[in-house]
Amino acid sequence: MDTPSSFQTDALIAEDIDAYLHAHQHKSLLRFITCGSVDDGKSTLIGRLLYDSKMIFEDQLAALESDSKRHGTQGEEIDFALLVDGLAAEREQGITIDVAYRFFTTEKRKFIVADTPGHEQYTRNMVTGASTADLAVILVDARKGMLQQTRRHSWLVHLLGIRHVVLAVNKMDLVGYDQATFDAIVADYRSFAKDIGIEQFTAVPISGFKGDNITAAPSANTPWYEGPALIQHLETVEVDNAAAQAQPFRMPVQWVNRPNLDFRGFAGLIPSGTVRVGDPVRIVPSGKTSTVKAITTFDGELQEAVAGQSVTISLTDEVDCSRGDVIAAAGDPPQASDQFSATLVWMDEEALKPGRGYWLKLGTQTVTATVQPPKYEIDVNSREHLAAKTLEMNAIGVAEFATDKPITFEPYADNRQLGGFILIDKFTNATVAAGMIAFSLRRADNVHWQPTAITREDHAGMKNQTPRVLWFTGLSGSGKSTIANEVEKQLNLMNRHTFLLDGDNVRHGLNRDLGFTEADRIENIRRVGEVAKLMADAGLIVLTAFISPFRAERRMVRDMLPEGEFIEIFVDTPLEVAETRDVKGLYKKARAGQLKNFTGIDSPYEPPESPEIRVNTVDMTPQEAARFIIQQILPLK
Amino acid sequence: MRSLTHLERLEAESIHIFREVVAEAENPVMLYSVGKDSSVMLHLARKAFYPAPPPFPMLHVASGWDFSDLITHRDKTVREYGLRLIIAENEEAEAQGINPFDTGSALYSQAQLTDPLKRALTAHGFDAAFGGGRRDEEKARAKERIFSFRTAAHRWDPKNQRPELWNLYNAKKSKGESIRVFPISNWTELDIWQYIALENIEIVPLYFSKPRPTVERDGMILVVDDDRFRLEPGEEPETRSVRFRTLGCYPLTGATVSDAADMNTIIQEMLLATSSERQGRAIDKGQSASMEDKKQEGYF
Repeated sequence: MDTPSSFQTDALIAEDIDAYLHAHQHKSLLRFITCGSVDDGKSTLIGRLLYDSKMIFEDQLAALESDSKRHGTQGEEIDFALLVDGLAAEREQGITIDVAYRFFTTEKRKFIVADTPGHEQYTRNMVTGASTADLAVILVDARKGMLQQTRRHSWLVHLLGIRHVVLAVNKMDLVGYDQATFDAIVADYRSFAKDIGIEQFTAVPISGFKGDNITAAPSANTPWYEGPALIQHLETVEVDNAAAQAQPFRMPVQWVNRPNLDFRGFAGLIPSGTVRVGDPVRIVPSGKTSTVKAITTFDGELQEAVAGQSVTISLTDEVDCSRGDVIAAAGDPPQASDQFSATLVWMDEEALKPGRGYWLKLGTQTVTATVQPPKYEIDVNSREHLAAKTLEMNAIGVAEFATDKPITFEPYADNRQLGGFILIDKFTNATVAAGMIAFSLRRADNVHWQPTAITREDHAGMKNQTPRVLWFTGLSGSGKSTIANEVEKQLNLMNRHTFLLDGDNVRHGLNRDLGFTEADRIENIRRVGEVAKLMADAGLIVLTAFISPFRAERRMVRDMLPEGEFIEIFVDTPLEVAETRDVKGLYKKARAGQLKNFTGIDSPYEPPESPEIRVNTVDMTPQEAARFIIQQILPLK
Repeated sequence: MRSLTHLERLEAESIHIFREVVAEAENPVMLYSVGKDSSVMLHLARKAFYPAPPPFPMLHVASGWDFSDLITHRDKTVREYGLRLIIAENEEAEAQGINPFDTGSALYSQAQLTDPLKRALTAHGFDAAFGGGRRDEEKARAKERIFSFRTAAHRWDPKNQRPELWNLYNAKKSKGESIRVFPISNWTELDIWQYIALENIEIVPLYFSKPRPTVERDGMILVVDDDRFRLEPGEEPETRSVRFRTLGCYPLTGATVSDAADMNTIIQEMLLATSSERQGRAIDKGQSASMEDKKQEGYF
């Protein structure tokens, strides 16, 4: 193997370490992702880059050789794939289930490679790896040309906003370094790339195995090739950081630094633009303006800071500003809205539940967001729009979002850091999706609450009672409606103003359009929650009798109401007892398979973990249970 | 237009991670091993919160067999920067007969490092712990997340880790669960040394070569750091000019014969070296996946 000019040379290190170090302190950083299946020779290519840049030490090489004999797929040859595989369990199964990050360095640049091996979880992993990459290397096997996978990877790369694309036509040694083969693949790719919106790309004919056009070009085998070697290209391509600096200034506030009364600084990483002392800035979403007083760092005060730096900014005025706010150029601030449309990549085994509240984290903001049923799902292979009610793991779709308070963002195409977000399940705490905002559906500053002269306190005062929502939950046939009815009767005798919302009754009117799928059940509860809240605002004691099987939705309703007004009543009847009662004959039907999604049979019931009240209907009559419940909620005023 | 160097970008990323944790966790701590990576971590933590001091304590897991130079350096650093230091150790080790000479390496690291660490984390109720792990150190770490979730029993479940997109970290967790956070995940050994040189970060003198009393055992050169070092019959300490690339318990950490006594020659040696950093540690030997097994049990 020739000594490549761009990789570090032992000679310089040995002769003049000071000169070497000085040069290396001024290297830039490029993050890229490699895309392709195992057969495309991706691991071999990465292995070679690590090897050529001396990132494999002899002891690792020895371990690799012994590993190759035990697990390898290359016979007696070194299997570079093992070098880039990591976890023991995966190695046993022969599959890789994640993104691995590899590092190598040349004289000009440090590189971080996100390696996402191909298999069924590919979409999720590739999206993760691509989210931090400035460039993508798309590998194509010269013998096979463009595959379905090539198209899918390229589209994902484009979707994630990667501006630099390299088409590496690999295994040129196996097609006799034939120029016509290379040209045909490039022409194929060019027309496809144009279709999906990739404006330009660089194509390189390589052999990861033999080393052609990796570090120096043209290799003796491809005299016809006039472009740069792969590494030369990676070393010279412009990094996105420079482009980010040209955009308007924004900095999401991470943390307020207040060591003493004289200093109040806003700490954050600048995703875009440049800021100077004296610049006018605007705090979003509040819209308050101020001026940059100082840019403070451990290494002294700065006059100017740029995209990519972590700094602490202090302002000339005592404006309200805390974590989640964005400090932005005063004349060109980002928008804030509580409704927007976004592309969503689903990453969890549990599918999207439209209507359910998820944590949404964007920049340093965390809010509750609900997702509408997807407008469509996008087929990752054909890019066709498909009708969809939800999104399963690895599915990509477009949906509208509503958040519980306005968030500050920019379209993902303009700003990856202010347009990309994650969704977090409120119960499992898992990161379940990645999203990219397309556009705002309305500006939050146009939407106001209409103030009303008669407050909820006035309504409640006239009725001489504290409004409450008594939320009965339990299996079908547990006795919710019976007990709720009994409670309402007794409250009536006590001259209280009440209203009972019953599951069956509501489905005849308000929720006539909803079925019994998970998504519909969530929407059913959301609507009932909103109605119950309005009635509580009107001063009523509201009783609701719904199976409401999911904790998340009961929690959602609880969160809508002022603290203490939501009383969760668990009507705790064992399944066997409820099934024996079977007042409506529904269990029988469900057991016979005539009724789908029946709670307790083929749809789960998540019992409350700490209900305010729990009643046991096996030992209590409905009248006793009702008296018990009323005792628990006294006094009523 | 100002182009940032790779070290500036790594530094900015690490600072961002430190701040995210402080903003979202209730009770963070930094694991401070006093080694070179810890020294870089401390430097970054001081930068992240300047002019405030790092708003969390340092936790040192002391095995009782640390190099004396390391303890001296630790105490000096803590004093100089006004840090809060918590020392975790297994006080019953001696009574239990655990020592690096007689105890097998697996049991030893469990008893002296892993267990005291877990006990300290639980006792103080820390819900986030910064560690100096890097992805380039070992194959098993290349896939480690920056935010790594641990169960209430401090176990790591490789199948149940969260995807990390852009620079968004999900720090939500249930009661009892904790996060290990690795702010220097994306740094390589070379980056660490370059940064130490560039920023003039003070490190333990053990990284610099000087004549030290040594013995050679199982292909490793060990330094006789104090009189507890048990010599084999016929073994006689020999003075060699040595330094360390990594620091663990002194009877288990192999030294390198070297003349590199200043920063630049250390880096020069590293660049010309042919063996990786962790080779000097007895704990990593054995099956190739042993680091993963240890991580599942809660070792860093």
